[in-house]
Amino acid sequence: MNLFWSIMLATLAKDIRLEWRSKDALNAMLFFSLLVVVIFVFSFDPLAEESRHIVGGLVWVAFLFAAVVALNQTWARELRNQVLDAYRVSPAPATALFVAKVLGNFLFVSVLEALMTPLFVIFYNLHVLGPAWQLIPVALLGTWALVVNGTFFAAMSLRTRSRELMLPLLLFPVSIPAVLGMVAATTSILTGENPAHFYIVLLLTYDVVFTTACIGLFDTVLQAE
Amino acid sequence: MNLQPPVVKVENVVKQFGRFAALRGVTAEFEGGRFHVILGDNGAGKTTLLRALAGLAHPTRGAVSILGKTPHEACRDLGYMAHPSLLYDEMSGIENLRYFASLYDIPGDDRCREVIRAVGLDPELARPVGKYSQGMRQRMSLARAILHDPKILLLDEPFSNVDVHSAREMVALLAGMRDAGKTIFVVTHQAALLEGAADEFLWMENGQIVDRTRDLSTHSTYPEPA
Repeated sequence: MNLFWSIMLATLAKDIRLEWRSKDALNAMLFFSLLVVVIFVFSFDPLAEESRHIVGGLVWVAFLFAAVVALNQTWARELRNQVLDAYRVSPAPATALFVAKVLGNFLFVSVLEALMTPLFVIFYNLHVLGPAWQLIPVALLGTWALVVNGTFFAAMSLRTRSRELMLPLLLFPVSIPAVLGMVAATTSILTGENPAHFYIVLLLTYDVVFTTACIGLFDTVLQAE
Repeated sequence: MNLQPPVVKVENVVKQFGRFAALRGVTAEFEGGRFHVILGDNGAGKTTLLRALAGLAHPTRGAVSILGKTPHEACRDLGYMAHPSLLYDEMSGIENLRYFASLYDIPGDDRCREVIRAVGLDPELARPVGKYSQGMRQRMSLARAILHDPKILLLDEPFSNVDVHSAREMVALLAGMRDAGKTIFVVTHQAALLEGAADEFLWMENGQIVDRTRDLSTHSTYPEPA
């Protein structure tokens, strides 16, 4: 267990260091999300009341698309110079690599969300009518749902010829229940019309099920040729 | 008479990529503490055989045994150096080795510095590996492969793009490791560099080992025509 944590933390620290030096994923995600916000604002120009009903969908779709950029970068880094082979021939457990990658992506996407959320609030003139604190568990559980599946499917599509196209093709259908939960929960909280508890429990269940499945299957994916 | 049990056994290994068979029933046994050089033309199956020994290529048929175990079980005893560097370009040499040391549960920086010095580089070099010359990158890659002091070293083209002087230094280092009891496999096109240092030359053709010689010059196709 000790070895697992030390390898996981070393891998996470390495990924954060590499991202800090290159800023590949963060820059791409930020510019992409910014473009989505601006394009939607000019396309719809909604009133405050309308915004509360549509912005849940816009926010999560923007984050989902932006996250795909970071998820592709995660493994692209390991493919350069075939560094992943050095991990595969080592005694390090596959799950330590997977958990580190998920935590790293979670951190990067959370930073993106923290930077972009104020922009959504300003551009869409948002005022939360429901219990605003519930947006925190929705954001945490929703982001986890995106990155845990995204990290897994990005690893699966690693050896395919058009992996950047393959990731959304694999990830988006599997993410539909989570995205529906995130959007419905966010809209419920913003409008204050319905309680969001059901959707939060749905997201929590989704996260537990998919995290367990991804961790269980990752060794097979890593060792596949 | 040799009574040493083989440390590496390859039994009827076939490796297919789709319809293409990169290895076609390779069977061989290798003694420990020896320096084996694998030679052959491009596409002969040298790298695939090395990857099968490392556990990176799973045989379609047949089995590989390293010290009586599967390559995966024997991973602590295997050091693997590929044609690409297997290093992160954005990190310095010591940062790379520190990370790989953590995968083998090697604490502290002492061992990392020791192997960097052993391959003739400076552990204090802060430059990222991406800015190293090709020769320096190859040396650092070798340092990564020997970091955990493996019993068996698998090296794929370790001397490519390395100047002759540096290559000879690397050969001397490998010969010293062999003398210390390590088993070394080198895939190379630069066989002449290893004459005098290697114990055995294996010749591969069309996914099979076609000849094993102790002396480079005894093989019928060596030296190859210019």
